[in-house]
Amino acid sequence: MKKIIFIVIFINALFIYKYGFTQCRTFAKKVCKLELLPYVHDGIYNATVLSEGETAELYKTFYAGQEYRIVICSDENLPPVHFQILDTDRNVLYDNRQDNYSKIWDFKLQTSKQLIISVQVQTSEELTDHIASGCVAVLVGFLNVEDEFKK
Amino acid sequence: MVKLLIYGLLFFLFFILGCKSEKSSEDAFEEEISLTDQVSKAKQIIYGIPSPVETAMLLKRAGAKYSQEFLNPIENLGNYTSTLSMALNLGIYSADLSFSSLFEQSQASIKYLSACKKLADDLGILNAIDKTLITRMENNITNKDSVMEIISESFMNTNSFLKENDRGEIAAIILAGGWIEGLYLSTQIVKNTDYNQEIMERIADQRLSLYTLINMLSTYKNDMNVKKVIDMLQKIKSPFDKIQTKSSKIEVIEKNGKSYISSTSEIVFPKEVFDELEATVAQVRYEIIK
Repeated sequence: MKKIIFIVIFINALFIYKYGFTQCRTFAKKVCKLELLPYVHDGIYNATVLSEGETAELYKTFYAGQEYRIVICSDENLPPVHFQILDTDRNVLYDNRQDNYSKIWDFKLQTSKQLIISVQVQTSEELTDHIASGCVAVLVGFLNVEDEFKK
Repeated sequence: MVKLLIYGLLFFLFFILGCKSEKSSEDAFEEEISLTDQVSKAKQIIYGIPSPVETAMLLKRAGAKYSQEFLNPIENLGNYTSTLSMALNLGIYSADLSFSSLFEQSQASIKYLSACKKLADDLGILNAIDKTLITRMENNITNKDSVMEIISESFMNTNSFLKENDRGEIAAIILAGGWIEGLYLSTQIVKNTDYNQEIMERIADQRLSLYTLINMLSTYKNDMNVKKVIDMLQKIKSPFDKIQTKSSKIEVIEKNGKSYISSTSEIVFPKEVFDELEATVAQVRYEIIK
C-alpha cells in the first residue's frame, strides 16, 4: 500500500516539475523574445522558476564593441523583478530600481568584461499567507550590425 | 485502492487549480527543493556561454574573412557514433553553420544545417527542432537576418529542451563544442591573416568565457563525458593563463539613450603564446572531429 502511495505521489510530482519547466520555456520563447527586437537573440535559454525574495545570478562575458540588450521578463503574477548589472568586484553598473523597474537595458562596452546580471523577485507588499512564484527569463541579444561600435 | 486513486486525483486537481503562480509557504519550500539541480542555497547561478551565433558575429565584425577550408568537413559526419562525439560535433557544426550563414554562404549553410539536424536526430533531440527548419532556411536563404534568427531559435530550442529533460550535461557539451570551434576558427584566421590585432584581442577575451565554461561543466562533473571535456578545456586554459591583462576602473556613461561601459585594458598577448594556443586548440579540435 505504501508503495502505491509513493508511486502516485511520485507521478504527480514529476508532472508538476515538467509542467513548470515547459511553461517557462514557452513563456521565454513567446513573450520575452519579442522584447529583444530588433536585437538578435544569442540563442541561449536562461529561464527558471523563482519565488518572491529569491535571487538568480547570470555570469556572462560581454565583448568590446558589441551592442547588447538585456531583457528580464517575468510571469505577470509576480511582484516587480529587481535587476542589477554588476562587475566582478560587485560594483553596481546599472540598477533598474533607478529606472522604474525597467525590464530592458541597452549598452555597449569599450573593453570586454565579465558581468553579473543579478535578478531578484521582490516580496509583495500585501499581507498574505501565499508566496507568489513564476517564470523569470533573462535573455541577451546583440545588434547584427557590422562596425556598429565605430559609428 | 479506490480511495487511494481518489486522493491521487484530488492531489492532481489541487495542483491544476492552484498552479496560477501562487502557492503556500510550505508548498513553495517543497518545490524549491525539487528545483535544486543548479540552485545554490542562497541563489541560483546561471553560466552564460557565448553561443556560436554570437562568436560568428564577433569574428565578422573584427574583420574575419570566410574560408571553407577551416570548417569541419561534412564527410566526417559518419564518424560520430558516441554520445560525446555527437554532442561535441553538433556544437562544432552549429558554429560552422553560424559562420557560413553570417558570410552569406547559402549552399554551405544548408549543408551544415542538415549535418546539425542529423546529429540532433542521433542524440534524440530532433523533437526540439522545428520540423520545417530546412524549408524555412531555404526560403529565407538570401535574408541574412532571418537566417540568423532561425539559427538562434533552433539553438534555444535545443538547449532548453535538453535542460527541461534533465540532459543539461549534453547541452553543456554542445556549447563547449561550439566554443572550441569558434576559438579554432579565430586562431586559424589570425594565423592566416598576418596576426589581425582586433581578432587577437577577441581571442584573448575568450579566456573569460573559458573560465565560465569550465564552471558550468563542473556542475555536471560526475558525468564521464563532461569530465573528458573539462580535461580538453584545461589543456586550452594553460596558454590562456599566460596572457597578462590590466584593466582600469569601469565607468558608465549615458549617450544617446544608451549606456556605454567605459574602461581601458591592456592585454599582453605575445606571438609565442598565441602560437602555443593555436597549436593546442588545433590538436584538441582534431581529436574531436577525427
